[in-house]
Amino acid sequence: MIRVENVSKCYDGEKVLDGVSFSVNSGETFGIIGPNGSGKSTLLKLVSGVERADTGTIELDGKPISFYSARQLAQRMAVLVQDGLPAVGFTVREVIEMGRYPFQNWFGFELDDHEALIEGIMDRLDIRRLASRTLDELSGGERQRVALGKVMAQQPRWLLLDEPTTYLDIGYQIQMMDYIREWQQESGLTVVAVLHDLNIASQYCDRLLALSQGKMVRIGPPETVIESELIEKMYAVRPLVLNHPVSSKPQILLQSEHDTRHDTGPKACPGLVEKEV
Amino acid sequence: MPRIVLSILVGSALSVAGAGFQGILRNPLADPYTLGVASGAAVGAAFLLLFGLQYALFGQWTIPVVAFTTAILSLFAVIRLARVQGKFQIQTVILAGVVMQAFLGSIVSFMAAMSRDAVNEIVFWLMGSLAMKGWSYSAVMFPYVLAGTVILIFYGRALNLFALGERQAAHLGVRVERTKYIVLSVATLITAAAVSVSGIIGFVGLITPHLLRLIVGPDYRLLLPLSALFGGLYVLWTDTLARTALSPTEIPLGVVTAFLGAPFFAYLLHKHKRTATGSAS
Repeated sequence: MIRVENVSKCYDGEKVLDGVSFSVNSGETFGIIGPNGSGKSTLLKLVSGVERADTGTIELDGKPISFYSARQLAQRMAVLVQDGLPAVGFTVREVIEMGRYPFQNWFGFELDDHEALIEGIMDRLDIRRLASRTLDELSGGERQRVALGKVMAQQPRWLLLDEPTTYLDIGYQIQMMDYIREWQQESGLTVVAVLHDLNIASQYCDRLLALSQGKMVRIGPPETVIESELIEKMYAVRPLVLNHPVSSKPQILLQSEHDTRHDTGPKACPGLVEKEV
Repeated sequence: MPRIVLSILVGSALSVAGAGFQGILRNPLADPYTLGVASGAAVGAAFLLLFGLQYALFGQWTIPVVAFTTAILSLFAVIRLARVQGKFQIQTVILAGVVMQAFLGSIVSFMAAMSRDAVNEIVFWLMGSLAMKGWSYSAVMFPYVLAGTVILIFYGRALNLFALGERQAAHLGVRVERTKYIVLSVATLITAAAVSVSGIIGFVGLITPHLLRLIVGPDYRLLLPLSALFGGLYVLWTDTLARTALSPTEIPLGVVTAFLGAPFFAYLLHKHKRTATGSAS
């Protein structure tokens, strides 16, 4: 359980977050959306403990975040960031093992053998064949999978995602989100994700929080947040919102500002019903 | 014999410190002198030589003690400069070091230019030498190098995580600011100890870690102890050459380390081009 209450944060006198409150239940996938500069990445930094809120409280399992030491926090919480891993000379296996860092003692040993865990992760992400390759020999998509492997090796209770699919093509985007969902369903992980792509956010999240200029605009299931009026208010562009024919989650279609005169959305996609707004 | 031991100690100190600096700053050009320690020590030594005070305070220990003190002072000045809102930004650290080196370097040049008699002595001190140093120097340096090396090796795992970026390291439970502070300070301390005894021996601290990285990979748990070992051997070897090659004239040690080290490194770099670009980023 993650509880954020009335959190605010200033940088150089400018308020980037203003009175944000929400809570995330165990096993839930909670998405944070908003335009550039809306404060969503800052919010994630506060929840991950790398920065401190100016006012308000953040509680993890009923204890304030400052209660946990850096090491204790890393034993419970993992963060997957958008830039992924740099092209360094470490091998894939070495990098995944780095996820065990918070569990090792000063000499780098762990009480329990984690060999099976590392092997399992590599099988599951289909990167065993890359195990002894170094990161600088991998593609961006493969490297992000290794980053996910490292995060899995942390065996966290809470997983924070900071736009993890930004630099991936659509194939890898879906693959990445599916890996995460599968892992979550198995281990009862709680996921808090900052997502750029509204369609992915809508398909993979149980609830969404919309942020704009540091303030909460709306919070709720995707059906209540992905609405063309709200999106227009936040992003200054009015999309068409349709329901996904399979998952029935709301999905957006973008259109050029010049075409808005004749609404071609539903006609162009026969069989889809435009969501009422 | 005392000279052999001292050369190993100095080489180890500079190489381990170099590896530590490169790990924290993630900059391939970082070396033990990045934070301006060498220039700090040089100012102290040049001042004594200029005024003929090299035996004034503590006999043969005058130059080492004063050079060590001025080196530490310059370290504090750089840390003061580099601290922005309680945090070390890597770029700021490097720039602060460059500024300090330029400033102190100009003072050393000024002092060298002002004196007709001492200029040779100053230049020779700057180029580094292990001549005429008895056992006591090794005895003083040994605890520094040993303790410093052990501390840095303990931080090897954290330095590995730093290679993935500071944010990644933070998310894995590394206390980033504290680690930077400790590693940079310890590395600088053992560098100051080496410099105050031997003068400025260039290139060893920059090149040994790179060289080993080409051979054993980027893992600091290996790099740090191996740097100590190979750095020691390298300086021992070059010092022997410096002493014997043109005997009875002795070539300044700093000249030999770079003159032999640079082509060898260029050769390795050429051979392993791919690995080098990967690990240096």
